[in-house]
Amino acid sequence: MATLVSHPDEVKVLSFRFGKGATSIDKYIELDGYKAVRKAIELGPEGIIAEMKASNLRGRGGAGFPTGMKWSFVPKQSAKPKYVLVNGDESEPGTCKDRLIFEQDPHSVIEGVIIAGLAIGSKMGFIYLRGEYRYLLKITEKAIDDAYAKGFLGKGIFGSNIDFDIISHTGAGAYEVGEESALMESLEGKRGIPRIRPPFPAVVGLYGGPTVINNAETLATVPHIFRIGGAEYAKIGTERNGGTRLFALSGDVAKPGVYELPMGYNLKKMIYEVGGGIPNGRSLKAVVPGGSSCPALLPSEIDIGMDFDQVAKAGSMLGSGGVVVVDDTVCMVEFALRVMKFYAHESCGWCIPCREGTDWLKKTLTRFHSGGGVAKDIDNIRYLAQNMLGRTFCPLGDAAAMPTIAFVDKFRKEFEDHLDGKPCPYATLPEAALAGV
Amino acid sequence: MSTEIKTIFSPALAARFDRLVALYPLRRSALIPMLLYAQDEVGYLSDAVVSEVAARIEITELDVRNVISYYSLLHTKPAGKYHVQVCTNISCMLRGGNELLAHCKQRLGIGNKETTPDKLFSLEEVECIGACSWAPAVQVNYDFHENLTAESMDRVLEDYRSKK
Repeated sequence: MATLVSHPDEVKVLSFRFGKGATSIDKYIELDGYKAVRKAIELGPEGIIAEMKASNLRGRGGAGFPTGMKWSFVPKQSAKPKYVLVNGDESEPGTCKDRLIFEQDPHSVIEGVIIAGLAIGSKMGFIYLRGEYRYLLKITEKAIDDAYAKGFLGKGIFGSNIDFDIISHTGAGAYEVGEESALMESLEGKRGIPRIRPPFPAVVGLYGGPTVINNAETLATVPHIFRIGGAEYAKIGTERNGGTRLFALSGDVAKPGVYELPMGYNLKKMIYEVGGGIPNGRSLKAVVPGGSSCPALLPSEIDIGMDFDQVAKAGSMLGSGGVVVVDDTVCMVEFALRVMKFYAHESCGWCIPCREGTDWLKKTLTRFHSGGGVAKDIDNIRYLAQNMLGRTFCPLGDAAAMPTIAFVDKFRKEFEDHLDGKPCPYATLPEAALAGV
Repeated sequence: MSTEIKTIFSPALAARFDRLVALYPLRRSALIPMLLYAQDEVGYLSDAVVSEVAARIEITELDVRNVISYYSLLHTKPAGKYHVQVCTNISCMLRGGNELLAHCKQRLGIGNKETTPDKLFSLEEVECIGACSWAPAVQVNYDFHENLTAESMDRVLEDYRSKK
């Protein structure tokens, strides 16, 4: 079980059942569970989508697309069955929020899936969990079984004439599968390779049917929107960024943990007050604001509100809400190398700019960091990354390129400090270990 | 299906597979969970496992192998009874993941992707396992161990060793 944390600035909408034993369906019901879905049945598809649009909820997976709008794209009439697919393949380095949702409140995801199904006229939902989260699969399977036993799933849910089934599913280790089209491929029992779009999943998705794919946190939030009202939910956040989200604080911070804060919460305050600042008398060097694919911010750039628009304006992304704090003892070339090593490992190999680009960058950064760099490597690294942007079927290529460009632009001096033919001047590891980093 | 196939799996797992292939709108959707559950029981994806899974899904063995090679949790060679997976991705790296990996190598006397001679432990450096706020973290088989130090890592390994 992951350790829960708390801070007075938290606004516990999504996490209000955490730590209260809500994996038990009776406890969940006692804590206002499965009321939202009954309300949604009364509202009907158009009423549900109107409420979702009023909430200003934007997708918590990373792209921040308005959820209500996404649901409205699904055609009303379809010859093929429609599906709801929960993306629980949480794999973005720095991100560990969905894990807490499934661990502490699995029924909120189930309830969210049913509501999404009601909105688009689907009769079947899938909960895809990453393979590493086996203990969560067990929790989720039990929650689904319990919901069937109560008549909340299956034929005629909640005494209505609506049928809805949910199947839980496990992956087997692949970051790429967190991308929506690769996720569908994986659920169809194939290699997780992205599909070309259009057609978008809302029109042609899983098994060729119209499909809504949402991040687990997005769907877990849905019942709360119906619990407190879409307009009320919107009020908690900032303009066009409704509500709260789970921020996972990690790295060089005194009190790492997953905190639920209003959208637009100040990043500096998040690090220094919620997270207790930088420990061991050190100072801040960089912040990765939303998981490893988001360009790092300098200490001078963190006095911003954490919503999709403000972080974009600052030149980065809110991403999946994984805030990674980096202190002044860290070599940013080594950090850039570790990030690239990850993307090279995870590139599915389908698109050449990503497959070759990530591997080439990994090799160049490895050589550079271990003392074999020459001056023109620095511009080459940037140029290579720049040329990956927008040239792939899915965003993995961009996810590798964007932070790399920022590392070169913002920490150029640290790259230059590696040019005297010796291994990393900031190294804390012995020389021999560096080549293998 | 299990009545036709002479299964290499336990009766419980064979029955589970019978249910799985009928669960999804498309039979093939059961493939990845089946491979993972088969690996949990057999230890790795042996030729016999691949062959039976292919027959159950009604696809070729080549199709199955093609999928296996994509997913990092699926192994075609035996690992140790306890597979120690050390995360060294950014959040763990910042809190000592590399040092923890070095410690495990020294303590177990094996390198990355190697197995101890008694087949009890194997070691693998892995990418982010979703324990960033509780770093550095290790997964032994499917169990998470978090906020680790060299000392607490030793206790974790000792606990598994005494379990055998």
